[in-house]
Amino acid sequence: MTPFWRGFRDAAPFMLVVIPFSVLFGAVAREAGMDILQIMAMSAVVFAGSAQFTALALLQDGAPVFIAILAGLAVNLRMALYSVALIPHLGHAPFWKRGVMSYLMVDQAFAVAVKTYDSEPDMPRAAKIPYYFGVVASVCPLWLAFTWVGAVVGRTIPPDWQLDFALPICFIALTAPLLRSLAHVVACFVAVSVALMFAWVPWNLWLILAALAGMAAGAEVERRAARV
Amino acid sequence: MSDAVIWTVILALGIGTYAIRFSFLGFLGDRTLPDWVLRHLRYVGVAVLPALVAPMILWTNGPGSAVDPARLVAAAAGFAAGWRFGVVPALVAGMGTLYAVQALIG
Repeated sequence: MTPFWRGFRDAAPFMLVVIPFSVLFGAVAREAGMDILQIMAMSAVVFAGSAQFTALALLQDGAPVFIAILAGLAVNLRMALYSVALIPHLGHAPFWKRGVMSYLMVDQAFAVAVKTYDSEPDMPRAAKIPYYFGVVASVCPLWLAFTWVGAVVGRTIPPDWQLDFALPICFIALTAPLLRSLAHVVACFVAVSVALMFAWVPWNLWLILAALAGMAAGAEVERRAARV
Repeated sequence: MSDAVIWTVILALGIGTYAIRFSFLGFLGDRTLPDWVLRHLRYVGVAVLPALVAPMILWTNGPGSAVDPARLVAAAAGFAAGWRFGVVPALVAGMGTLYAVQALIG
């Protein structure tokens, strides 16, 4: 199997996550009074569901425009971490390809790609690029297609099905095999603890705190282990 | 929400988000990073992904809200299946456990 199709296949389970999320955004945005063109433009230009939900909710609450924009950007700040973490794997790609990769840098893409790059250190650098594009090809078109479906149909997938829980399950499943050293376990534990303690910090900024604390903890454990 | 407001948000949020995504990979892409940075980067995945989902698992409706024990059990089942077998078995085990436990205690 080519790296592209492997990436496509590895990300395929995330369709179960992306489809209900996209439908939900389309339906909610429609109900908020946006027209189809605006909804599709937002999903295509911003390409980040949780930030779109945040900005939309603030606008509906009558918040000033710049607050809605800043809050949406704060929610997306985690992607700066993805952007830097992908450098060792994808930094050698041509400039224009890095430009396309950046546009499609969604949580699922980072999660699936980093899981594979991490657990297969021998993966050739040249294979990592088509692998990434396979991953995003699997989930990104669905985001647009099902935003449209949600906006047109105006109905969400029944909340009783609790498909929102599929996202945590997928991320847990990707992370579990990565916990292969003490440093990884400590990084995970510290990040989760900080996330739960600071969950009250608005606009997902708690996530940045948690991620930085986890990274620092993991790196420190690794450094000490190497010195002994 | 006027049309002008909506289009302003779409453009500003779109440009800003792209700038965040492109920031490091785009501008530093072909440079070699110092060891201490690489050492931190090895832990982005195991730090950010569990942190992102931990509050979703613990609280059904935002920080401090009700804890659904079914979600905790389902997350544990998903972890075990994911660790051993992969994402699809984890989805089956996690969602299956969620529905089963909720049916039992609900």
